[in-house]
Amino acid sequence: MTTATNVLVSKKYAKRSNAAEVWHRLKTNKGAIAGFTIICIILAITLYSVFFISYEEVTAINVQNRLQPPSWEHPFGTDDMGRDLFKRTLYGSRYSLLIGLGGVSISLIVGLILGSIAGYFGGLVDDLIMRFSDFLASIPTLLLGMVIVTVLGQSLPNLILAVGVTAIPEFIRITRSSVLVVRNQEFVEAATAIGMSHLGIIFTQVVPNGLSPIIVTVTSRIGAAIIEAASLSFLGFGIPVPHPEWGLLVSEGRNYIRIAPHLTYFPGLFIMVTVFAFNILGDGLRDALDPKLKK
Amino acid sequence: MGSELNGQAAKDNKELVLEVNNLVVHYVLQEETVEAVNGISFSLEKGKTIGLVGETGAGKTTTALAIMNLVPDPPGVIKDGTIKVCGYNMLELSARQLEKIRGKEVSMIFQDPMTSLNPVITVGDQIAESIMLHEKLTYSQAFNRAKEMLEMVGIPGARATEYPHQFSGGMRQRVGIAIALACNPKLLLADEPTTALDVTIQAQVLDMIDELKRELGTALVMITHDLGVVAKICDLVAVMYAGRIVEYGTLEDVFDRTLHPYTEGLFNSLPDIRNRKNQLQPIPGLMPDPTNLPRGCSFAPRCRYVSDACREAQPTKHQVSETHVIYCSAYDDSNFQIERARGRGGNG
Amino acid sequence: MAEVLLRVRNLVKYFKTSRGVVHAVDDISFDIEEGKTLGIVGESGCGKSTTGRCLIRLIEPTSGEIIYRGQDICKLKRSEMKNLRKEMQIIFQDPYASLNPRKTLLQIIAEPLLYNKIISSRDKFAIEKRVLELMEKVGLAERLINTYPHELDGGRRQRIGIARALAMEPKFIVCDEPVSALDVSIQAQILNLLKELQRDLGLTYVFITHDLSVVNHFSDDIAVMYLGQIVEKAPADELFENPLHPYTQALLSAILIPAVGANRERIKLRGEVASPIDPPPVCRFAKRCNYYSQECAHGVPPLLEITPGHFVACHQVKPVAPSATKAN
Repeated sequence: MTTATNVLVSKKYAKRSNAAEVWHRLKTNKGAIAGFTIICIILAITLYSVFFISYEEVTAINVQNRLQPPSWEHPFGTDDMGRDLFKRTLYGSRYSLLIGLGGVSISLIVGLILGSIAGYFGGLVDDLIMRFSDFLASIPTLLLGMVIVTVLGQSLPNLILAVGVTAIPEFIRITRSSVLVVRNQEFVEAATAIGMSHLGIIFTQVVPNGLSPIIVTVTSRIGAAIIEAASLSFLGFGIPVPHPEWGLLVSEGRNYIRIAPHLTYFPGLFIMVTVFAFNILGDGLRDALDPKLKK
Repeated sequence: MGSELNGQAAKDNKELVLEVNNLVVHYVLQEETVEAVNGISFSLEKGKTIGLVGETGAGKTTTALAIMNLVPDPPGVIKDGTIKVCGYNMLELSARQLEKIRGKEVSMIFQDPMTSLNPVITVGDQIAESIMLHEKLTYSQAFNRAKEMLEMVGIPGARATEYPHQFSGGMRQRVGIAIALACNPKLLLADEPTTALDVTIQAQVLDMIDELKRELGTALVMITHDLGVVAKICDLVAVMYAGRIVEYGTLEDVFDRTLHPYTEGLFNSLPDIRNRKNQLQPIPGLMPDPTNLPRGCSFAPRCRYVSDACREAQPTKHQVSETHVIYCSAYDDSNFQIERARGRGGNG
Repeated sequence: MAEVLLRVRNLVKYFKTSRGVVHAVDDISFDIEEGKTLGIVGESGCGKSTTGRCLIRLIEPTSGEIIYRGQDICKLKRSEMKNLRKEMQIIFQDPYASLNPRKTLLQIIAEPLLYNKIISSRDKFAIEKRVLELMEKVGLAERLINTYPHELDGGRRQRIGIARALAMEPKFIVCDEPVSALDVSIQAQILNLLKELQRDLGLTYVFITHDLSVVNHFSDDIAVMYLGQIVEKAPADELFENPLHPYTQALLSAILIPAVGANRERIKLRGEVASPIDPPPVCRFAKRCNYYSQECAHGVPPLLEITPGHFVACHQVKPVAPSATKAN
């Protein structure tokens, strides 16, 4: 063998990894790029608001300025307390992102663990987990969210938890079905043959191969979580006032929808665009991760 | 339309059921073009059987689909060539004319008997359906014919009311054959019809195809990778490699008077059941990438007799006898012999 | 006479289903000598793959003994079994499904080494050296080290599967239809490779296949299975020259020989393979057998040694018909 002792042969033939391959395909998908760009813009807005907009600035009441239409000074106008809606909306992006990402993380982690256990071991464990999941899924999501917030109290962490819990059944089901597909493949048997333990097999063989549908669900679920949080806030079960959460902004604007429609339009538009961006990114990811398009 | 079809049929001379002339089929994908079939020609007389032999990627199935004018488009493009089935130019007919011909003049048996039948329709109805498409029969007449067809392939007629999942693999393949033969086509294409079946069932099904073919006078194109199947059922053999026919002749020509190095390699790769100590001599290397075929002979990179000429230009055609054709530049040298031929010379 | 490496006694594997108990493997016994190949042939559903997987406990047998070098592996705990797995490996049929599509060739072949801590995962050079050695042994070019399975053809994938099986220097390998999914020319390459490896490394194989000409070429001894049972077992030459069980005779007569005029009269069997669910306690082949008699309805025939080394399970013990392979 002509291997030089100080250079890895695998480096010599280095090439694009699977992840890089997916990224490459994602780049050629217009929808995904649009979604990704919008999400980046929203992230930039959030970062900007974190550093340059203070909580006092968006909550201070200034009654003289109340209900002004959009102008150069106040691009989105002002609300019934005279607060600048532009700054409030920008400030509010952090809640939506936190809730979207945090909520989905909770459902993802719980769903991934329960779903892979159910799919891998089957039998009684599978039955128990799936019945639990069915039970959870049978409660209307908003109702479940309201119950959780009511019991635990109104706060941002509780809202995240509520949004997260309601999506758990979906993640259990998706994980379980992709684990079921992978579990019966021969390479899983091959891993048993080299002496690998159940846990090792789940995490090195099964989960990585069942990941594509899960990743896609994550992105589209983020959008749904944002909507759900906004709905809960709109109904008064979200973050307490005066935090400028987008759902809450829409809810507050509702009272003045005839004389100052901009109060509902702008935050509503932000919700829509954000959710839309996550959804088209999810669609693009689905195409990019589809193994049928490989080669 | 009917008269037009008849007009074409009238031009049909002799008893040629199938004529394929210089067929070229490519699959044009976004980034590359798969050169699946690259100019093949052969013809088949009434009642005869030709075996299209070759390994994965040789272009056998694409050829069959082209004969039915069923190449999926896109990405498939028939770039060149003519195909005549019973005198009809398959590549120039309208969709409606093709529907008339498929099933009636030419039909196909597929490899996988599990997926080629509709799972929610009884087998009797599936056969009756294809009969009613082509013949003016009432449903009950067609269904009776379906029962007869089932009997013909060795399934009790009473089982016509059962669904495909109630049949075993071998039985399903028989149903597939019954559907294909329902309208007594003149040409039958069989794409690896026994590959998915067990040894003993395979033998049953092949025997049956052989018998039916004789009884009905159907011409058969048997697509297979199994030289044993060819020896059992075929009159003519076309050995394919990378979308081209490399050797063509009668069964005896190709099996007993083998000339092409690839055909020789295939035989040497097979374990000899009569001599188990016989050392296998595999063909080295791999089938060339069909998106990037070599400039010269496609087999040159794996050929043990390769010369520079083979790598440079397409192989030359050698008509060895009235029936036996090979495409191999090595035979430009009139003294050239493959090893298999040398062995034969010594023994005989 | 070589030492017996693996001794199987009364191996049984039943699967419970909603329609009854599937007798996948029903009381089979055999020995394999070190360095030899036992071929197991049979048609789909005869239990040959289940047997192969039971031998290395990829499937837990329902009952029976599998004695490897004097110890019954069925009685070993999971952790004890883990050590033994280094010696007992498997090569799978489907070179597409048996390799993890998300791992490179390097990762796949290195996996058994790392997981069993034969080489520390920190020692990248040692890992790579061993992987390259294995790749060379099975005929994979060095430049393929970072490729993913889906980028390779069936033959090369099967070579990866073999390299992975060889990584832990096993003594015993179950080959489950290792060439069925491959083209003829590639099939011969892999068969030759497996033979070479056996010669060089002193491997013992169980070679499972439905292809009679391949098993004849490859095996020293052949066991013919029908519906979960061994119906005949003999040295390869003996089995092909002098098949005694009616099923073996029919099976051999169905082989299609790739030569003009070589195909003989086929022994025709009635019907198709019966269901393996709760079979009645009679000869499983009786219903299809051309030599059926009253006797056949009385119990499952035991596997008896008819001549030295030649075992047959048939109530009609005496040879019943002129040998099917006499022609040519």
